[in-house]
Amino acid sequence: MNAKQADKVATIVLYVIAGSVILILAALLGYILIQGVPHLSWHFLTAPATAFTAGGGIGVQLFNSFYLLFITMLISFPIALGAGIYLNEYANQKSRLTGLVRTAIEILSSLPSVVVGLFGFLLFVVQFKLGFSILSGAIALTFFNLPLLTRSVEESLRTIPNLQREAGAALGLSRWETVVHIILPAALPSIVTGIVLSAGRVFGEAAALIYTAGQSAPALNFADWNPFNVSSPLNIMRPAETLAVHIWKINSEGIMPDAAAVSAGASAVLIIAVLLFNFLARYLSNSLYKRLTATK
Amino acid sequence: MDEIRESLLKESKAARRDKFGRAISFSALLLIVVVVVSIFYFVASKGLATFFVNKVNIWDFLTGTKWAPGQVDAHGKAFVGAAPMITGSFLVTFLSALIATPFAIGTAVFMTEISPKRGAKILGPVTELLVGIPSVVYGFIGVSVLVPFMRATFGGSGFGILSGSMVLFVMILPTVTSMTVDTLKAVPRHYRESALALGATRWQMIYKVILRGATPGILTAVVFGMARAFGEALAVQMVVGNAALMPQNLTSPAATLTSVLTQGIGNTVMGSLENNALWSLALILLLMSLVFNTVIRAIAKKGAM
Repeated sequence: MNAKQADKVATIVLYVIAGSVILILAALLGYILIQGVPHLSWHFLTAPATAFTAGGGIGVQLFNSFYLLFITMLISFPIALGAGIYLNEYANQKSRLTGLVRTAIEILSSLPSVVVGLFGFLLFVVQFKLGFSILSGAIALTFFNLPLLTRSVEESLRTIPNLQREAGAALGLSRWETVVHIILPAALPSIVTGIVLSAGRVFGEAAALIYTAGQSAPALNFADWNPFNVSSPLNIMRPAETLAVHIWKINSEGIMPDAAAVSAGASAVLIIAVLLFNFLARYLSNSLYKRLTATK
Repeated sequence: MDEIRESLLKESKAARRDKFGRAISFSALLLIVVVVVSIFYFVASKGLATFFVNKVNIWDFLTGTKWAPGQVDAHGKAFVGAAPMITGSFLVTFLSALIATPFAIGTAVFMTEISPKRGAKILGPVTELLVGIPSVVYGFIGVSVLVPFMRATFGGSGFGILSGSMVLFVMILPTVTSMTVDTLKAVPRHYRESALALGATRWQMIYKVILRGATPGILTAVVFGMARAFGEALAVQMVVGNAALMPQNLTSPAATLTSVLTQGIGNTVMGSLENNALWSLALILLLMSLVFNTVIRAIAKKGAM
């Protein structure tokens, strides 16, 4: 076989590989959407789940997923923002300590999420006696989310040219004032993109939640908005099974008669949510960029 | 005069605010480090208790093939052999990486060298979207499509190492592909031009120049995918069969470190041997993720030149 024939064969092989990958991926997405979307209805999205009879919904789980996401972001964003600012604006980039801290963040991001969940279980659920609760779940998800969010904040800050920092210093601003009034507003579009993308990841996470937020979804009274009542949706000390955990649980327990249909519908909802997060990230970063700068 | 002197020597408001901001942001960073250290401390203290408190021989633990921490043998020793799970974890990881690597490299080469337009239009966005799909969704598809298929093809229950590897293959494929695409794109354009100018065919250019230049990056992508596969819990747990036995063949039910952990930790009493043995499995997971991390760093260091 000469070089030209080899080239032709290789090209064909590459076409076949790429084609089969497209096929696999398309079949995957198609299967979830075709199986799942017909199950979606207002009733399915709002009704509470039923454990032993068919016809239950995912209302409580859907709410739990969003509420848990919100609480997680509430805890993790300030920490990630602070850490990102320090790493990019204050830290001595050449010092060994900074290198060590970066390694620690990298290690945290590579830990299996089930280990992070078990740590949350050990420390918060058992030692601090928070029980299976939204708070424990949100803290576990914060650990899981922090390294990625910190890195994305840091990278957003790094894209701001040093000219801006020098201009701030030349005007007599302290470093902190420069960061708060000049650097952060300039980096806002990409920071927001980072937040929304990490939200998509947090939304679908289940392994870290099984032993922290729990696997049960007690009925909620959506008329009661006092966060201290047990059945209030806003109570952060109640156990809260999320959508992803629900899919896992009904598939591994096998009690629910229509488990396949419910998990197909729930999977479709999860994927649509991830899609929406992706689009939202793109849209927000574009529109924020336009609003904050003079570009048209 | 004193007033001026005082105001000159006193710390300004801006300086105080700067100190405050610096302290706040530093404490946020410190918190992350504390979290990492305490994860290691707590998991290690629980995981090592099996060996120091329950006096299990560490060698027996790693090589024993019977996992039944509640039972004891004739000598009063508990059956805590983690070898079935360790083998299961490594098998699914290597198998899935073995299948995923050629597909990922082929697709990435197709996207960057053969048909960049279609790559950018179709494959790029789809892989990016699939990276974000939650792992339970992969597990659910595994249970509802793959397991019945395996049952029909190979007989048995359909649950097993092979099903686990296939689910992980599809799960890590988008990640490895998109990382490989990034490294292929980073190969300088003049490498391609020089190869073609020397009369190389497109395949010779790809095989002898581009893939060689991108080897460290591709290796990093594969190891990264393996780390993800090794640590994945629920998707594997749903299809692997959850029988803590040494895998006889690829289609018999088996278990991985993560699958035993997700199932067992809620059903054991804190501080008991059963529970401590599970934490030892978590410790193995933790150490393996450190190993993967080190490998990635070593590759990056060597590749940087």
